[in-house]
Amino acid sequence: MQIHDNPTLKAEARNLNFYYGEAKALKNINMPIYDKKVTALIGPSGCGKSTYLRSFNRMHDLYPGNRYEGEIRFFPDNTNLLSPDVDPIEVRMRVGMVFQKPNPFPKSIYENVAYGLRVRGENNKRVLDDKVEQALKGGALWEEVKDRLNDLASNLSGGQQQRLCIARALATDPELLLFDEPTSALDPIATGAIEELVHELKKRVTILIVTHNMQQAARVSDYTAYMYLGEMIEFGKTDEIFIKPNDKRTEDYITGRMG
Amino acid sequence: MNSVTMTANKTTDLPTVSDRLAKNAMRHASERIIEMLLFAAAAVSVLTTVGIVYVLVSESINFFQNVSIVDFLTDTQWTPLFDDAHFGIMVLISGTVVSSAVALAVAIPMGTVIAIYLSEFAKPKIREIAKPVLELLGGIPTIVFGYFALLMVTPLLQKIFPELPGFSLLSAGLVMGIMIVPYIASLSEDAMRAVPMSLREGSYAMGSTKLYTAIHVVVPAAFSGLAASYILAISRAVGETMILAVAAGMQPNLTWNPAEPAATITSYIVQVALGDLPHGSIGYQTIFAAGLTLILITLCFNILGQWLRKKFRENY
Repeated sequence: MQIHDNPTLKAEARNLNFYYGEAKALKNINMPIYDKKVTALIGPSGCGKSTYLRSFNRMHDLYPGNRYEGEIRFFPDNTNLLSPDVDPIEVRMRVGMVFQKPNPFPKSIYENVAYGLRVRGENNKRVLDDKVEQALKGGALWEEVKDRLNDLASNLSGGQQQRLCIARALATDPELLLFDEPTSALDPIATGAIEELVHELKKRVTILIVTHNMQQAARVSDYTAYMYLGEMIEFGKTDEIFIKPNDKRTEDYITGRMG
Repeated sequence: MNSVTMTANKTTDLPTVSDRLAKNAMRHASERIIEMLLFAAAAVSVLTTVGIVYVLVSESINFFQNVSIVDFLTDTQWTPLFDDAHFGIMVLISGTVVSSAVALAVAIPMGTVIAIYLSEFAKPKIREIAKPVLELLGGIPTIVFGYFALLMVTPLLQKIFPELPGFSLLSAGLVMGIMIVPYIASLSEDAMRAVPMSLREGSYAMGSTKLYTAIHVVVPAAFSGLAASYILAISRAVGETMILAVAAGMQPNLTWNPAEPAATITSYIVQVALGDLPHGSIGYQTIFAAGLTLILITLCFNILGQWLRKKFRENY
């Protein structure tokens, strides 16, 4: 773990354990997330990378029997996101998420993007119009949909739907944006568009992305963490992880000998 | 084809081609028989429907040779058994519409709220108990509901509205609404549970509450199922007979006021069918004209339901 320049911390997992009922899915994870950087989580299926990602917005709270131990500190205010005193809704107001499969709501394009703003009680038409436009521009979708904002979102193509979901998450100005394999349901061209977008977005928001695709991790991320069987095996700058990993297991995975 | 199979099988203990063809023929015959049985089963239900429509239409044609359609639709009196006979179906339709409206005003909000609770809020244990109990309510014979309306609900309502008569559309409609609640709740709950979890997660991830998610994401996504349950409820309400016959009074009364007694299409049919009218008399034929009207009303709602289902099909 050699980080030469020291960027600002946005979040940090400290001794994080997670249990699905009795099954321990995350084992003592310690890991920094740097501000306005892209951090990729890689590892074979079932290694816990999605479980880890979903801890950041307390998605596990939706299902009974799940339990966290340890902390995820969120900066600059040093809040523990996992504390029982912190309302998961507060957490989700600050941490946005984009899912594996595009999941637009059964509403118009406009209302999809305005959703998070309306949840926050914003009903002023001019504010909404303005923020929706900005978010759609941020999601690189504005030019394609500006003339049909009232169409149903389900009429968009898969790639457009995923960019709509990104715009939806951006509309509320999250501090951290979680991507859970955002391109696994998309074709290469749509994937390229999303990757370009991720690159663009890190100017304004911290990004944590789970990916199955190592080339993708190499292309889009500044930092990479390799996870295996619920453990964080190695974390470092993406160049270093991919060029000379310290751990044998990381090397086996990224050279395709395992996983 | 014969030569191919012959050369392919060198061993002699295999059945010869003709044996196998015979078996094929046997199998073919039994398949045919099963197919015919299945077809017959399907045909019985279709033919029954055709038969019902045939009887209704042919008897109604006789009726409309004596009474003009214009009178039937516009007359404001329904007195088919009097010397001065009037045949204004609107009188019966008004009773049906008012009682159904009261029932739906109870059943749609209540059923939907119960469905939202069961699908989005209830713990699995509560759902496991509540749903069968609710469905049990749907299994109570409607005559029991009818007496419940007459002997429990009407006296209760009379305490609040002393002017309420002993028979009223209000009382019958309220109880009919309670009877329909389980249908709406059960079907709507199924529709909402079919909404993929990923949609709810998307909404929760935006920071919304359970209630906001239920109202703004789950209900719109399940709308085609909800619409179907409402349409079914309307058909049930329009066709419901015993509750109205028992608790709403049976005198024809053109009214839009639920606090009055009135006959509906169905309760009129019961009343006349129980009496001893001579076959072929005009009074006898009115049953069929009323029945045809009823079928046309429910048909309209079924078509509306199909259209709604198509229009709002799986938005997710």
